[in-house]
Amino acid sequence: MIRELTCIVCPKGCQLRVELCGKEIKSITGHTCRRGEEYAKTECTAPRRTLTTTAPVEGGGVVPVKTDATVPKELLFECMELVNKAYVPADAEVGYIVIENILGTGANVVTTRNVKI
Amino acid sequence: MSSCIKKDLVIIGGGPAGMSAAVAAYDAGVRDLIILERESSLGGILKQCIHNGFGLHRFKEELTGPEYAYRYEVQVRERNIPFKTGTMVLDVSSDKIVTAMNSEDGIFTIEAKTIILAMGCRERPKGALNIAGKRPAGIFTAGTAQKFVNMNGYMPGNKVVILGSGDIGLIMARRMTLEGAKVEAVCELMPYSGGLARNIEQCLNDFGIPLMLSHTVVEIHGKDRVTGVTIAKVDENRKPIPESRKYIECDTLLLSVGLLPENELTKAAGISLDRITNGAVVDQNRQTEIEGVYACGNVLHVHDLVDFVSEEAEIAGKAAAEYINGKRGGECDVKLVTDGKVRYTVPQKISSADENVTVYFRVADVYRDIRIIVRDGENVLINKKKIKVAPGEMETVTVTPEMIRGMNGNTLSFSIENA
Repeated sequence: MIRELTCIVCPKGCQLRVELCGKEIKSITGHTCRRGEEYAKTECTAPRRTLTTTAPVEGGGVVPVKTDATVPKELLFECMELVNKAYVPADAEVGYIVIENILGTGANVVTTRNVKI
Repeated sequence: MSSCIKKDLVIIGGGPAGMSAAVAAYDAGVRDLIILERESSLGGILKQCIHNGFGLHRFKEELTGPEYAYRYEVQVRERNIPFKTGTMVLDVSSDKIVTAMNSEDGIFTIEAKTIILAMGCRERPKGALNIAGKRPAGIFTAGTAQKFVNMNGYMPGNKVVILGSGDIGLIMARRMTLEGAKVEAVCELMPYSGGLARNIEQCLNDFGIPLMLSHTVVEIHGKDRVTGVTIAKVDENRKPIPESRKYIECDTLLLSVGLLPENELTKAAGISLDRITNGAVVDQNRQTEIEGVYACGNVLHVHDLVDFVSEEAEIAGKAAAEYINGKRGGECDVKLVTDGKVRYTVPQKISSADENVTVYFRVADVYRDIRIIVRDGENVLINKKKIKVAPGEMETVTVTPEMIRGMNGNTLSFSIENA
């Protein structure tokens, strides 16, 4: 089976072709870098995404956050639920860990700016 | 601060372009400078672009918008470059007098030796679209919705249709979905998306959101609040086909239908604009037709990647520093013209043969297996093969000093030709 993918690693958006035999990858073509090749592999076995969203701040408002590594794609909505229930202190700075190792994925949810600007 | 003060460099706008220009000018020796920013903090539109994908060229890593902005804000602060936030520039005159106001200083004027215009762009509003129907609540530009969700923590609606498949629209389709809304469809008038392929993949396909190419919204329903929209397929002349009309129930319509450089101040200064870019006509230093006035970033032409905004702003910042030190250009006068398939170039003219000039341009349509040709009269100077070019992706070619010096005429013509 041939699976066609659009690489999401960078804005180039290379068109990838992955030749699959069941779950086994026979060949990958169309990528122009090593990260693209890696993406094709994980996308065909266990797709992962970086989550970017906002978390509530104590006393009101929101602050932007991200997962500092990718998480399994199917866990995005579960992660969202946890992040929306978390609270970030009003004096937190950029990089503050809001949730450590979210859902055992190995990724931390961290703030991407100081709460106070 | 009521009397007129003097500055070597005034930078209008504290977004990515303004900050990068300020840092480059400072590093080239300018000390008497100031950034004027309308909003309450530096960072510009990046503050609300909380998704990742910024900085791959600049920093070789993937940053979110706020992180990218913060890196430049740190550079501004480390250098103690002065900036005033909450400050609205009201006027720029052709003799480089900047009039601005804020709640602390009132109205004040600055006599500037050089000015860098870095005001960015704004979204094309609904009024520009002529969609039939009433004017209920629930219609937002994608960027406004982005600000509500990402900065204020408010959700603008629950069932959403998005018109326009520019990157902001795609990003908001994912964002609204993650926050629990149902995005029914993204309609795109053109037969291709103006957004990046990766965003179609990770923002629409990941969540099963349909992208309806060659479709538009022909009617908005609802009196107090949007209750639905009627969409229709369009023919090759972009005219809606009546038989294809289809009703979609929704409470929110987001518009992602293009960006317009914000050039009111540029026009006030009497600087003429390029009809295609809606930004100033500039030379390789990003100098406008007024000596010592530069433009960079989205106010000059709308960019796909902030990395290129920073790059362009550095060119303007360095050039302003050289001008302050007495350097004047103008040893040559080469005009860059296009064939229509190449819609525009930036810069539009080259006035010096000192250094390589990277020429940025966009094409009018999707073309496959083509060559990008640059000619001086009949002479082909650049012949670059490309598998595919698209309007959503800015292209570049490099014009060398040797090419400029060897020219017979004074016009470089850019065209797209079959390979």
